[in-house]
Amino acid sequence: MEQLDRATLFDLWTRMVRIRRFEERISELKAADVLPGYTHTYSGEEAVACGVIPLLLGDDWITSTYRNHGHAIARGVPLAAIASEVYGKADGICGGKGGSMHAVDQSLRIIGGMGIVAGGLPIATGAAFASAFLGGTQVAVAFFGDGAVHQGAWHEALDFAAMFRAPVLFVCENNLYAEATAVDYHLRCQSVAEMAGPYGIKAATVDGMNLFEVRSVAVEAIDRARRGGGPFLLEAKTYRYGGQYEGDTQTYKPPKEVEYWRARDPLLAFREKVISGGEVTADSLDEIDTEVRAEIDGAFRHAEEAEWPELTSLVTDVYTTYPEETPTR
Amino acid sequence: MTRALNMKDAINEALRQAMESDERVVLLGEDIAGGAGRDDAYPEAADAWGGPFGVTKGLLPLFGRRRVIDTAIAETGFIGASIGMALAGLRPVAEIMYVDFLGTSFDQLLNQAAKLRYVYGGKMSVPMVVRTVTGAGFRAAAEHSQTLYSLFTHVPGLKVVAPAFPDDAKGLLLSAIDDPDPVIFMEHKRLYMRTGDVPVEAKRVPLGQARICRQGSDVTIVGIQKMVHTALDAANLLATDGIEAEVIDPRTYSPLDSDAILNSVGQTHRLVVVDESYPRCSLASDIAALVAEHGFSDLRAPIRRVTAPHTPVPFSPVLEDAFVPQPADVSAAVHELMKL
Repeated sequence: MEQLDRATLFDLWTRMVRIRRFEERISELKAADVLPGYTHTYSGEEAVACGVIPLLLGDDWITSTYRNHGHAIARGVPLAAIASEVYGKADGICGGKGGSMHAVDQSLRIIGGMGIVAGGLPIATGAAFASAFLGGTQVAVAFFGDGAVHQGAWHEALDFAAMFRAPVLFVCENNLYAEATAVDYHLRCQSVAEMAGPYGIKAATVDGMNLFEVRSVAVEAIDRARRGGGPFLLEAKTYRYGGQYEGDTQTYKPPKEVEYWRARDPLLAFREKVISGGEVTADSLDEIDTEVRAEIDGAFRHAEEAEWPELTSLVTDVYTTYPEETPTR
Repeated sequence: MTRALNMKDAINEALRQAMESDERVVLLGEDIAGGAGRDDAYPEAADAWGGPFGVTKGLLPLFGRRRVIDTAIAETGFIGASIGMALAGLRPVAEIMYVDFLGTSFDQLLNQAAKLRYVYGGKMSVPMVVRTVTGAGFRAAAEHSQTLYSLFTHVPGLKVVAPAFPDDAKGLLLSAIDDPDPVIFMEHKRLYMRTGDVPVEAKRVPLGQARICRQGSDVTIVGIQKMVHTALDAANLLATDGIEAEVIDPRTYSPLDSDAILNSVGQTHRLVVVDESYPRCSLASDIAALVAEHGFSDLRAPIRRVTAPHTPVPFSPVLEDAFVPQPADVSAAVHELMKL
């Protein structure tokens, strides 16, 4: 396994803690009925986004899902811009038009937080295809959940990627549940990874609660795709601490199962590993956590105080260009 | 006999009564019960959801997983399977969680369910119902808030039903399940908690008959699903100005009760159609065209459509409120017509 220096370890920890604290705040505000609309939190799955996204270059592509805050934060979308978007404020990352389910930033090459399950897989494949077509070395990463593998879009994206050797990494966040349905009911094969074989796509299953394990497989898969080796499917076994959406009472989760996965918390696991390895001290990690909490406070204070969008923006951005069609008489 | 029920419970009751009286009726969809894959070892998991709005909650304990089927997130699969089930003697009632998700299964509806009877010379029929959820007002953004009534109404072979009141929801759903053809049954998420008197017995409301919700002689306002209530609120505003509006709920868009609308305009001589959908090729446009073609000589003023703008549904609360037509928009349109 690669040896990571202290700066990298601090960086990875910062990203994971940012996600966790951001999502904790989202849960609180949603429970207090402060936030509008549907929110889907990423708590518990931090090691997946933070195991993959920091490996990408600035011009690589990402597609996300409606559970996108973690990917956006890991990619470096400013916290205040995400918070404002979740409120529907004018300076949100999408001007308030998308909200929580779509709070991603194309300028950082996140080309969608899709509201439709599996919607991002073919799109990431297309971005990867375009990179190769244009002679570039960029790769694309498509994040999706275990529920997505039943969609036609999943099948057709893998099919396209394999056929044209698109440099795309499919990252399955297998969090054991498709909404309120357990994976052992909805999937009758042993793993998502084994579904890749028939397409001629290489795949691996990793412990999605262990950032280092996710990272070590992702490093190779990304490097391989960049060198023209074609697509790869990475299945990360993880756990969704929140419900399908905030407000989901989650009565479908046995308490023992929750306990088991909470004990394998990705932040805790990271922390124990780097401290026991002697690379960093507990105090230095705690210090970062304190700084992140202040960042989160600032981001949400900003969002609360930010302006609402002008009503004129309701009808803008539908097209890039469009002639006036209101009758003049 | 009737009693007060909200629309959610009225729909649940219709499903229960249909399932009790006909063994062939089966439900399928995503987490219409919930907890599948856990409830064998952990019984508390069963029926965790009853669909995202709890509409089907309580049916699993009554009918079991054999008839209340949690599918994978695979709309093409279970809509297509519903067609086959219908052809093979069952009466499937599939649930598409949000109408927006019908996009993923549209081929099976557009090119299979809708066409089979015609293509095979009337030898087949596809008695299936697709229940789905429409509408803005939940801050659910562009991919969970559409109405898309006209997309399905446009397709020959599909029937389209969209109740605005709990009693209609129950009676029309029972008729839809009885119906020998594929029916898209649309439920507006902002109407689920609205209560009204609902018959205890399984009383059918026939498809193709409009409901006159309010009588009036000055203007006809046709409301599309939730906009029926917006039209009624507007009518109350107008009454304070001495204008009496007749409010019509078509209830089913395919088949459409053309006569109810034309007869009303024959009396009032003015028409406003209120539709939460995008304006182009909408139900509002369709009904305006009907009256322009068949009721032109009755009109004393141009027809007015009050609709959402030609834009996706925005997330931000301030923008979404501006997107959805309000009673004041309707009354303003009526006032304009009354001046002509």
